[in-house]
Amino acid sequence: MGSIRAKLLPPALAIAFAVLLCAVTLLFSGSSPLEALGAMVGSLGRGTTAVDVVNTATSYYIVALAAALGFQMNLLNIGIEGQYRLAACVAAIVGGAVTLPFGLGVVVTMLAAAATGAAWVGIAALLKVYRGVSEVISTIMLNALSFGVIAYLISSDMFGELRGNNIGTPYLPESNRVPGFSFGSSGTVFGMVLVAAALGVGYWVLMNRTRFGFELRASGKSPTAAAAGGVNAKKMILVTLLISGAVAGLAGLPELLGRDHTFSLNFPAGYGFTGLAVALLGRNNPVGIAFGALLWAFLDKSRLALDNVGVPSEIVTIMQGSIVLSVVVAYELVRRVELRAEQRRVGGQNPPGSGEPRPVSAGGAV
Amino acid sequence: MTSPVPEEGTGRDAGVPSDTAAVPAVRLSGITKRFPGVVANADVHLSVRAGEVHALCGENGAGKSTLMKILYGMQQPDEGTIEVEGRAVVFRSPADAIDAGVGMVHQHFMLADNLTVLENVLLGAEKLHGIGRRARAKVAELARRAGLTVDLSLLVEELGVADRQRVEILKVLYRGARIVILDEPTAVLVPQEVDELFATLREMRADGYTFLFISHKLDEVRAIADSVTVIRRGTTVGTADPRTVTSRQLAEMMVGSELPSPETRVSSVTDVEVLRVEGLTLRSEGSERPLLDSIDLTVRAGEIVGIAGVEGNGQVELVEAVMGMRRAHAGTVRLSGVDLTTKGTMARREAGIGYVPEDRTRHGLLLDEPLWSNRILGFQSRRPVSSGAWLSIEGARSDTARIVEQFDVRTPGIDVAAGALSGGNQQKLIVGRELSGDPVLLIASHPTRGVDVGAQAGIWEHIKTARAQGLAVLLVSADLDELIGLSDTIRVIYGGRLVADADPRSVTPEELGAAMTGAADVGSGRGAADQSTPGTDDGEAGQSTRGGDR
Repeated sequence: MGSIRAKLLPPALAIAFAVLLCAVTLLFSGSSPLEALGAMVGSLGRGTTAVDVVNTATSYYIVALAAALGFQMNLLNIGIEGQYRLAACVAAIVGGAVTLPFGLGVVVTMLAAAATGAAWVGIAALLKVYRGVSEVISTIMLNALSFGVIAYLISSDMFGELRGNNIGTPYLPESNRVPGFSFGSSGTVFGMVLVAAALGVGYWVLMNRTRFGFELRASGKSPTAAAAGGVNAKKMILVTLLISGAVAGLAGLPELLGRDHTFSLNFPAGYGFTGLAVALLGRNNPVGIAFGALLWAFLDKSRLALDNVGVPSEIVTIMQGSIVLSVVVAYELVRRVELRAEQRRVGGQNPPGSGEPRPVSAGGAV
Repeated sequence: MTSPVPEEGTGRDAGVPSDTAAVPAVRLSGITKRFPGVVANADVHLSVRAGEVHALCGENGAGKSTLMKILYGMQQPDEGTIEVEGRAVVFRSPADAIDAGVGMVHQHFMLADNLTVLENVLLGAEKLHGIGRRARAKVAELARRAGLTVDLSLLVEELGVADRQRVEILKVLYRGARIVILDEPTAVLVPQEVDELFATLREMRADGYTFLFISHKLDEVRAIADSVTVIRRGTTVGTADPRTVTSRQLAEMMVGSELPSPETRVSSVTDVEVLRVEGLTLRSEGSERPLLDSIDLTVRAGEIVGIAGVEGNGQVELVEAVMGMRRAHAGTVRLSGVDLTTKGTMARREAGIGYVPEDRTRHGLLLDEPLWSNRILGFQSRRPVSSGAWLSIEGARSDTARIVEQFDVRTPGIDVAAGALSGGNQQKLIVGRELSGDPVLLIASHPTRGVDVGAQAGIWEHIKTARAQGLAVLLVSADLDELIGLSDTIRVIYGGRLVADADPRSVTPEELGAAMTGAADVGSGRGAADQSTPGTDDGEAGQSTRGGDR
């Protein structure tokens, strides 16, 4: 809880700090911070950069929602990486094989992706609920496993086909593709942006307006109080991880349905880890995550522009790292200040004396 | 009756040999320490003479540790003064306290296992006598005083617990302490080691050292202390002479003997059974030792059944088993005839059980959530805060406003985080929440622990009102006054079994205390019925304790 200030101040502080740190780093390495910043911002107006940022942010947004679902009850789904890639692979296979009218093929493809993501994390969820295996460990291991499973699925013996020196699933039929919003020479925004936005709204409603969301947040904030309040911890862990996995499963679809139409060896990787950072930056808030995803995508895409002006593009990595670190610190600082202010406010409310301890009448015990 | 301030001197006039005119080694006056939501110490007065072993007694959570942390400079008091050997001092850190000659031996040892005894003692105090021969000679001399007979070049990891404790004492002495705080020093020792420790303390006392001995083991206190100060609910309730006071009297001082307006009691007990527990058995994980052993318990509509017992005898397990938070290994739990044995916590709550948990911050509230959100907790499946799968924010807000109004929760609004409220107001919110939705049974675990007097009276009043309207209440409390004052029936729990019944109209805190230790069978307590009424019990108890002082 807290005011708007408490929500906006920490990320603003963190970004300001990160910019400052990068500026100092650039000065030390002999580059001009202003020139670098100008190049980064300027790149937005050139070519397809702006659209690329939005498109990448779409995937980041979905993975970050998946991460945020887990964060809300202190579950770290590190396996989003494996879940979204495996899900995209299975979706590409399913989508390439079915042809249905009225866009139903797209729906089936999306369901296949969500089901795969949920099933993959389901292994970790069952291990946690019934065997107490930490989901951090098991999902990391499942990430490693997913690489092997994907390689097997797209081998030419199974569902893949060799194209030049690449290997991938058959192209999706036209009916199973999602058209985008074309901006002419500036590029085409994925149609999946709408699905991502709908997921964001759904996430907010789930968290703030449903019994399930309340129980989920309660479990995260205080497992003991949740248990006393009748929340079934095992069920919550299982369902939350399954939903997180299902959402993660959709994260590869913007690229798959909007641009690539095939799952091949160069399908994008690494979104899962980005999602954890973006969820942290957005404080599990759907609007905050949207800004975080856009910022992250912008930083990623500005690497190219930095190279053009001779600034080492690693500065972006430094910036992303320092944002994540400082946002954690900033949130904690602001939280403490706010709590103290609130306690003072509550204290001021009480008439003097009411907060005093009971005057122990010694009952003759002295 | 008497003021909470112990009259200086009265407690030690008799029997204590040293001169009373001397300047006290330590004197705490009017110490008050508040934490957000709780008052840990309130107007504490403590006077320790030079060269005595002074015991500080009190229940867990009474505020002993906070007080000692204040004396050792780990925390600063909000009000009050500290005097050491007649000089007023302000300790900003333990270093200041050490400079003033006050040292503390913590309950949990703070030693480096991979260093020798000598190195452990010198670590951080190299400035005093260096680390060479001079330091070694000094440590060796102090080691003799502290009764440490092991070779100083032995690694600490090779020492037993008792010797480690002596190393801790040695560390404190080496830093120049003349006043040593011992925080529950016997908790880690076997009886024989306790005797040895006490022998050492007596010798050191003869050398002029002063000890502040924190404990809640009354027999030990009586064995070693020259005087005893009892702390209850954060404030000192009095000083006693351990040679004349009995353990029972001390225990009574610790738990209090002030009865919550028992004279207004009108029995509202009906013959409608609400809760019926039969043969409830719970074993600890991986062992056959029962935490609960065949508990049979009935609570009727309009009845308050109090569970008395020393903490750790199965109260927590009983409550959690009835709430469904722990699965019992045998036995049945029925509510108004409906079998709930296999049901989960939510189903039991929906069946009409309200639950005021023992630890409100861990089990009762979501501290960073606003009050209205806390109203939903435990009720997330029921009106008015929810309609099935969907929450009703409006309903939660308006019903929270009702609770705030009706239960006098002092808050600027319902959007305040629950963690910002004081303990008493948090508790009123919980009681208000658990009494909403027309429960048929309320399980209240220490419902007024750590709350101020106003909130306490309010909570008692609400529980009594609900009882008069037919609510069945299972009350667990360590506060015997509360138990005797509120209950219609008292059951004594010991070692996971209900060992005795008592009638609150006739039982005295002493009898109850004896039954709680499993020593005596209080029976129904009716044997004492003709002896007194609770009102006069109070006075008598006071008299006898007072007598013990003199």
